[in-house]
Parts: sequence; structure tokens; C-alpha cells
Amino acid sequence: MTTRREFLLLSCGALAAAGAQAQLPPKVAAARAQGLEEALRRVTGGAELRIGKVALDVPPLIDNGNSVPITVTVQSPMTAAEHVRSIHIFTEKNPQPNILAARLGPRAGRAAVTTRARIADSGRVIAVAQLSDGSFWADNADVVVTVSACLEDGFI
Amino acid sequence: MARVAVSVPESARRGEVIEIRALAGHHMESGFRRTQLGELIPRDIIRHFSCSYNGVEVFSAELHPAVAANPLIAFTTVATESGTLEFRWTGDNGYSATHTAKITVV
Amino acid sequence: MSRETRAMQDDDKTGPAVLALLEGEDLWKRNCAACHGIEKMKGVAARYLALHREKLVNLDQRINICRTEQQKAPAFAYESRELLSLSAFLGKQSKGMPIAVQMDPQTGPFLEAGRKAFHQRRGQLNLACNQCHDDNWGKSLAGTPIPQAHPTGYPIYRLEWQGMGSLQRRLRNCMIGVRAEPYAYGAGEYVVLELFLMWRARGMKLETPAVRP
Repeated sequence: MTTRREFLLLSCGALAAAGAQAQLPPKVAAARAQGLEEALRRVTGGAELRIGKVALDVPPLIDNGNSVPITVTVQSPMTAAEHVRSIHIFTEKNPQPNILAARLGPRAGRAAVTTRARIADSGRVIAVAQLSDGSFWADNADVVVTVSACLEDGFI
Repeated sequence: MARVAVSVPESARRGEVIEIRALAGHHMESGFRRTQLGELIPRDIIRHFSCSYNGVEVFSAELHPAVAANPLIAFTTVATESGTLEFRWTGDNGYSATHTAKITVV
Repeated sequence: MSRETRAMQDDDKTGPAVLALLEGEDLWKRNCAACHGIEKMKGVAARYLALHREKLVNLDQRINICRTEQQKAPAFAYESRELLSLSAFLGKQSKGMPIAVQMDPQTGPFLEAGRKAFHQRRGQLNLACNQCHDDNWGKSLAGTPIPQAHPTGYPIYRLEWQGMGSLQRRLRNCMIGVRAEPYAYGAGEYVVLELFLMWRARGMKLETPAVRP
């Protein structure tokens, strides 16, 4: 089934990326990847998650993981008959995967939400949109997070 | 003291989609950080944000610890009629902030 | 600094430093406006540091001198929300103006002391400021580009701090970075270094409050 394959693409891709640039111990990285899968499942309820319609805009190279601007837009006429109900944003490597869950509706005019997130480590950011017809669509992006060269190490 | 800043146009044409940017001053303590002695610093974040337009909720969001400190949320809404936009933030430890803005729709 | 960080700095309605500016304006109205006209503050941050009774002071210290001597109120603590907000608000009055630290025979010795400090090796890593910021700016250090280190936007909203901070905090951060024990806040060693850095950045436009990674 295409949908399950695409869903696996998201999570397996995430795990592969985790291996390639692991700064976390493997067990922790695996636990977080699983947390992400569960969070996605909680939103979709196990329904198909298709790639498309959603555009995730996040810088590929991040100055500082403490404040990463993320914009999610979804192609939709935003009418009463056809609109985006909600947009959910996740990240793969954080201690918990949820960033933001926004509820929209036809009064939004456009399906777009922007926020600034904390991204702990290089990996995937995933945006999921639920449409008024109950379908789920997603986009994902790989980001590289850099850290300051000289850290403050707490107050002295 | 709950300090916020919201950018919203003062006027718009009927049917125009306007952009709203809402900023709240909050340290968004994630609950995952530890003190130098190893103790977990408890979570203290804004959990919910909503925007009502003449009393009707037009947008809301749930925030998680992964939202950056001094959270910004930007979204759009259709300028349907003149009136008041009310913004509300609520969070842990009884945090609450509100802001209102008037809009003239021609 | 990336395009996105720059956009946060340029967002003057809802950028991360905006809240500090709003608070600073509030504090100004309640504490300072009774004696000072805000128009007179234009240019002050661009020419600071300055001498006050033969002692070199930065803007934070000058604010506190006013507070304790004129207002008869307790000084704001270094890095306190009040002091950072007020200095951000004052700094903003000079935004876009070229940094114009006054040089004269009296500030000369302080500038010399600052220049020496800039070239002084320190810490377990035994590095002097100039080794990174004059000789190797633009190159990568642990994945981050080394800046020229011009304090054009202080106090800044630093993403690393998730809040506002002064130049002194940044200098302490640098000292910790080379594994040197930082001086106490307000130490004369910082003040002369700040003077040298502002002189070194002369002519550059003030960007207070800046946003930095």
C-alpha cells in the first residue's frame, strides 16, 4: 500500500539520518525516533499519511537550535467545503517530538502558520496537515543544527 | 508581568486575508534542562494560544516545550467585519496574557 | 549570521528584542522622562563609552549613576531585565548612526589599556582576542563562523541565551570559551576592552538591539 510505504519512508528515513549524523547515543536516538512515530500516529489515528500539498519552510542550516523559524503552508481553497482543519509540526531528535499544533478553518483564508522552534540536533522536521475531508498530508525537511563554538556553561 | 506584542493591520478590505503576528514574552522552560547539581528544572511554558474575532475563535494553537522562548505565532485570518480581535495565551503555573486590537473593515 | 536571523532582527513589530524595547520605553517614561527629553538621547549610545568624573563608564554604568545619584534609587543589577531593557531602548535611539566614540587625551590611556587587553593571551587555551577576531575572522570554529567581533548591536537578543544580554555578558562568554576565569561584572577590565572594541568599530552603524546566534 502506497500510504504505509510513504509513512515508513518518513520514519525509516528519519532513523537512517539519525545513524548518519548521530550525536546522540543510539538508544536515545532510537527512543526519540519511536516517540516521533507515536506522535504521528496519535495525530493520524493510524490513517494514511500522504506526502504532498504541504510545504515546510525551514532553513537547512541553522544558526542556533534555540530559535528556528518554521513556516508551514498548505495548498487549499480554505472554503467551508474544503479547508485545512489543523497543522502539526514535529521534530525528530528532541526529547519529545511535538512542536506546535494549530487549529485553522475556513476563516483563516490561507493555510499558513509560522513559529520559532527549538531543534535539539540535526535531523528531520515534519509538518502534517489534516484536511476537512479527514485526509492527512505531510512534508518533511532535513536540517543541520550548529552550536555556538564557545558555550557559557551556566552562570559563573 | 505578561508582556506581549501583536502586529495586526488597523484596517483591511472586506474579504482580504490579513497576516497576524503574535509575540509573547515567556522563558518557555522546557522541563528537560537540569541545574548544575543535576536537578530537573520543572516545565513552565505557554500551553495554548487563541485568537477570537468579534467573539468567534478563528485560530488556536497548542504549544509544546519545543517552541522557542518568547514564542512567536504568525497566522492569517479573513477580514470579515470591523470589530475586535482578542488574543489569549495561557500556560503552566497560572500564566495568562491577553491583548486586544481593533480592526476597521471597509 | 543567517538570513533568517537577520529577518528576526529586522522585524520591528514582533522580533524577539521587541519586548525588551517595550519594557525599556515603559521604564524610560516612569524613571527618566521627567528630566530627560528622548530626543536628546539620540546619538548617546553611538558615542558611548565616555568619561564621567575622569572614570570610564559604559552606558549601563551611566544609567546606574543617574539612578543612584539623581533618582536616589537603588542601582539596577547587571544583566537585570530593567537595565537591559533600558539600555536597549536608549541604544535604539541611535540606531543607524555611525559609532563615534570620542577620542581625546583623557580617554587615550583607557583606549591603550583596551588595546593591550585585546592582544593579551588568556585562559587555558592561551588565546588573545586578536588571534581569532583579527587574524582568523570568517573561518570556521567548531562549525560556526568567527565574526570580526564588532559590538554594533548591544544589548543583543542572543538565540544562545534565549534572551537579551550586554556586551559584558558576551565578553564573559568569550573568556569562558578560552577557559579563562571571567572578571566580575562591572570590572574595569571589561570597560576598557569595550572602549577599544567600540573604537575599533568606529564608523560602523549601530544596530541596537541586534539579534545574534
